[in-house]
Amino acid sequence: MEDAVIRHYGGNMSLTPWEKVKLARMPVRPTGLDYIERIFTDFMEMHGDRFYSDDQAIVGGVAFLGDIPVTIIAQQKGRNTKENITRNFSMPHPEGYRKALRLMKQAEKFHRPVICFIDTPGAFCGLGAEERGQGEAIAGNLAEMMLLKTPIISVVISEGGSGGALALGVADKVYMLENSIYAILSPEGFASILYKDSSKADQAARDMKLTAQDLHGFGIVDGIIDEPQGGAHNDYDMVAANIKAVIEGDLKELMATKLEVMLQNRYDKFRKM
Amino acid sequence: MKKNPFKSKHYATSKIVYRTEPQDVEQSEEERPNVPQGIMTKCPKCGKVIYTKLLIKNYKRCDECGFNFKVSAHERFAMILDDGELQEFDAHMSTRDPLNFPGYGDKLVRTQKQTGLVDGVVTGKGLINGNPALVGVMDPAFFMGSMGTTIGEKLARLFERATKERLSVILFTASGGARMQEGIFSLMQMAKVSAAVAKHSEAGHLYITVLTDPTTGGVTASFAMLGDIILAEPGALIGFAGPRVIEQTIGQKLPEGFQRAEFLLQHGFVDQIVRRDQLKQTLGTLLKMHSDRTLA
Repeated sequence: MEDAVIRHYGGNMSLTPWEKVKLARMPVRPTGLDYIERIFTDFMEMHGDRFYSDDQAIVGGVAFLGDIPVTIIAQQKGRNTKENITRNFSMPHPEGYRKALRLMKQAEKFHRPVICFIDTPGAFCGLGAEERGQGEAIAGNLAEMMLLKTPIISVVISEGGSGGALALGVADKVYMLENSIYAILSPEGFASILYKDSSKADQAARDMKLTAQDLHGFGIVDGIIDEPQGGAHNDYDMVAANIKAVIEGDLKELMATKLEVMLQNRYDKFRKM
Repeated sequence: MKKNPFKSKHYATSKIVYRTEPQDVEQSEEERPNVPQGIMTKCPKCGKVIYTKLLIKNYKRCDECGFNFKVSAHERFAMILDDGELQEFDAHMSTRDPLNFPGYGDKLVRTQKQTGLVDGVVTGKGLINGNPALVGVMDPAFFMGSMGTTIGEKLARLFERATKERLSVILFTASGGARMQEGIFSLMQMAKVSAAVAKHSEAGHLYITVLTDPTTGGVTASFAMLGDIILAEPGALIGFAGPRVIEQTIGQKLPEGFQRAEFLLQHGFVDQIVRRDQLKQTLGTLLKMHSDRTLA
C-alpha cells in the first residue's frame, strides 16, 4: 500500500476531537452508497433478512471490485430528512444485522470477500428492536464474523457508534477514514452519564479518545485512510479512490493467505485488545 | 475428535498491561454490601419482614413473593458449587487504566476496597452435583457490573481454558453495560469474548448463560446471548438498551414487564426461567446431559 493513501499518523488539519465528531456527522459527507457507486461495478442490491423484513438502515448486495466478485454491506445514512426517515438515520434494527449476516454467510458459500462500510450513531433503541432481540442479533454477528471463512474488510467511513458499529467490524482489516470516529457511545451520551452534563460533549470527545488517530495509536484499527483538505465531502472521488486502493491491496494479500492462517490472525487481532 | 486449531498462547497483550500481583482488597464481612443487615430484613417488593438467616438459607429469595435479593459473586458460587468450592483463576488480575482516564485509577482502587473485589467478574473451576465446569460470575456491585478489559480478559481466558480442557462453561451475567472509563477498549471486549466463545462452540463444547438482574448493553449484545442454552432468573431485567434510554428515544413510558425475563421467554430469547433455589439442580442435570461421551 502506498504511503500517500494511508497515512499512519497526523493529518492535514488540526481539528479538535469534537470538531471531528461534527465533521463526521455532516450531512454532505459521502455515505456508503456514494462510495459503492465509485468503487465497485454492477452493484446489485439484495434485500431482507428472510425472517422479518428489510431494514433500509443497512444496504447489502454483490458487485465487482475490478474482476473480483464481492459482497458489500453498508450502514446507510440519508442525505436529507426524507431519506433519513427511510434509513432510520442509519440506526439498524435486529433485522438489519440479520440481513448482513445472511449475506455474509452467502459470501462464505461462494468464496466472495466481504467489504463493510460502517456509519451509524448506534443500533436502534426502541420497543421493536428489543422485542426482536437487538442484543442477540449483534452478538450473533460478532461470533459468526470471527469464524467466517472468507476475507472481511471493514471501513469506518463516518460514525462508528458502539455495538451497532462493531456488529460489522469484526474483520481481518479495519480502517478508519481520517476524520471518522469510533466510540463506545456518543460524546453527548458519555458526558451525560459521566459528567452529568450533556453539554460537556467536547470534553467527552477529548477524554474518550475516539478519533482515527487515537484508535490507530491503540492498535484497534489497522490504518487511516486519507481525506482531502477540509474533509471527505470536498472530493468524493478522491476518497473513493483511496478506499479502493486500500481494499485492493488487502484483498490481494488476504486471498493469497491460507484460510487457517487468516482466521487465526483474525482471532489474534481481537484477542490482543 | 475434531482437531482444535486454536493455540492458547496469546495472553500477552500489546497495549494493555494486566497486573496480576495480589492487591490489598481485603475487607470484613460487615463492610460487604448486598448482605442483609440485622436480624430481620424487609423484602423491598412485598414488604414481608424475613428472618435474615432464613433469607440467606433460602438463596436470598423472598419466600412470600419470590423477589431475588442481589447476590455477590462469592455468594453465587456458594449456592451453585459442590461444597461452595471454587478453584479460582486470575484472582488478582486488574487492568491498568488504558485511556488514562481522569479519576478512573483512584475510583478503581476505592471500589476494590469497598467491594472486596478486584474487578467485576470472578472465574474458576468447580463441581456442580459432581459435574465439572468452568464458571464465571459477574458481580453487579463492582462498577454496576460494567465490562472493561479485566472482565474481557478473564472471560476470554476462561473460554480458552475450557476449550483446551474440553469443559463446559457456565456464566452468570449481570451488567449495566460498558465500562465507560475504558472507552473503545471496553467495546472491543465484546468482540474478544465472543471470539473465544465461538472457538469453544466450534470445538463442540457446552456453554450455558444464566441471565441475572440486570443484564444489559454490551454484555447482552455479546456473550450473554451466545449460550447454547440461555437461562434467566425470574424478573431479571434483560435488554440491549436500558429502559431509560428507550423511553428517551421513543418519548413514551415502557409497558409493565418490558425487558423482564418473562418477556424475553415469551419473545423466544430465553430457554427457561429458573428459580434460584432450583438452579443448581438444573445446571447439574444439563451438564450431565452434555458430558463428553467420546471420552467414555
